[in-house]
Amino acid sequence: MTNILLNIDAGTIDWSRAQFALTAIYHWLFVPLTLGLAVIMGIMETCYYRTKDDFWKTTAKFWQKLFGINFAMGVATGIILEFEFGTNWSNYSWFVGDIFGAPLAVEGIVAFFMESTFVAVMFFGWKKVSPGFHLASTWLTGLGATISAWWILVANAWMQYPVGCEFNPDTMRNEMVSFAEVALSPFAVSKFCHTVTSAWIIGGIFCVGVSCWYLMKRRETKMALESLKIGAWVGLVAAVLAAATGHKSAQDVAEVQPMKLAAMEALYDGGTGQGLKIIEGIEVPYALSFMATNDFNGYVPGINDLLNGYTTPDGKTEPSIDEKMERGQQAIEALAAYRKAKAEGADEATLSSLLATLNDNMKYFGYGYIKDKEQAVPPIAVNFWAFRIMVGMGCLFILYFALLLVISYKIPFLTIFTRRLLATIGLLPETEADGYDITRLPDWHYWLAIALIPLGYIASESGWLVAEFGRQPWTIQDMLPTWVAVSDLKAGSVALTFLLFLILFTTMLAVEINIMLKQIQKGPEFKS
Amino acid sequence: MKKDSLLYRVFDLYYDGFRNMKLGRTLWAIIIVKLIIIFAVLKVFFFPNFLKEHAQGDEAGYVATQILNQ
Repeated sequence: MTNILLNIDAGTIDWSRAQFALTAIYHWLFVPLTLGLAVIMGIMETCYYRTKDDFWKTTAKFWQKLFGINFAMGVATGIILEFEFGTNWSNYSWFVGDIFGAPLAVEGIVAFFMESTFVAVMFFGWKKVSPGFHLASTWLTGLGATISAWWILVANAWMQYPVGCEFNPDTMRNEMVSFAEVALSPFAVSKFCHTVTSAWIIGGIFCVGVSCWYLMKRRETKMALESLKIGAWVGLVAAVLAAATGHKSAQDVAEVQPMKLAAMEALYDGGTGQGLKIIEGIEVPYALSFMATNDFNGYVPGINDLLNGYTTPDGKTEPSIDEKMERGQQAIEALAAYRKAKAEGADEATLSSLLATLNDNMKYFGYGYIKDKEQAVPPIAVNFWAFRIMVGMGCLFILYFALLLVISYKIPFLTIFTRRLLATIGLLPETEADGYDITRLPDWHYWLAIALIPLGYIASESGWLVAEFGRQPWTIQDMLPTWVAVSDLKAGSVALTFLLFLILFTTMLAVEINIMLKQIQKGPEFKS
Repeated sequence: MKKDSLLYRVFDLYYDGFRNMKLGRTLWAIIIVKLIIIFAVLKVFFFPNFLKEHAQGDEAGYVATQILNQ
């Protein structure tokens, strides 16, 4: 039989991966701001609903306008990912069967009906519907976008932790046996909570950054001050929640993707009571064990342990990669033999025996394609540094938002104490140490807030780098490596579409930033 | 159609909303151009359904050949 896959150029895999990464990264520039601004504008309008003060109405409208620009620019950017599944990753698309299709279909329906209905009421309905209905529509717009994110993350979580399915050797597809297991997979729940709270941080950072620009320009001071406080509260709460949900995500990773955790930590030889590296050579004792297992003395396997097999102190044994590779090969051979026997009309006993071998080894199916142990190790440097950037930025945001809130309010003792402390270390002018005014800070304070906007995106994208680089080489964890999932395409054609996307996406991003900046420059439309 | 009927009010919401758009016109123009590029250019010329084109109706057999012959 012709060995078709040997003809696939290694460049096809790399270009397909690069194209998917480019599209996903670009798509993820819009999504977190949509989810984050949804909360910001919801709070602004809630303030209007409670106070009936037109100031809040205009403020809410202003943030809704920025939300609308981002929303419009982000529309349909995710669809391209689905095109790529069908063209570049056709083996994968067939192999995942209806498991991937169902959440994406629900997402499409929810996104279309919920968001299109309530977005229309939010933008067109100020004079058409009651304030209560309008407020509900604003929050439901955000809820619709968040529910959409849920289904996308369910699909992604399944690739990392495939549950609720059975492989059908006749159709060559995984078939869903429990929708609830897929939709409510613990991995999906953790991923959703961590991703959405991280998106709220972006909303908070964006709101604070834009507000600081107005403060620097001595414009729209009242709106900027109120927005800054709301943005900082959203950012602080979200950053603390993201830390908590990140801890849960780390435990999930430790349980179902230990190689990813080992790569994130560049941990070669594991054990109990493992420390968390800040950078190479500096570590927090026992912190990695606690992060992974909730126990300061918990066992964390390293890369070598995972390659060679290990036994935990409580007796749990994990086979070596060699053993997994052997069992994977048995699964592949059993599947091939089953399909051949079925086509030749073999008896039930033969088919049952082959099926039993397949089912016994299906857990390690993907390892059958691994020729060299090193193929099972994800890129360590990318995981190590992306994880540190994400966590480091998260800590920075918590500190920044907390300080900003303390100096923005008149909290007895604490505000003045903090201001004097900041003045002592040179972060505030002496003249501002005993005041409460944040409209007269040096410009660099406002520039710092603006600079946090791209840093927020870098942190967010770094999180995705950890999630996706960390699970290499798998498109579906332990089941299907990238080089089997890819279509038999010419590398040149994938490279061409990669370049087309690069041009298209860069243009679209430039257009969005341009429109967004013009609207910020124009500012809210307060009645004189 | 009665002006206080639900159907009219829904129609009026969209009709009035679209008619009075300012920034929205630009955004809709961008969305439409983007959708044309995505569906009429990218999908048609660059992103065919690979299996439909190559499997000739036997997707399971085609994928099996691809996956099992590594």
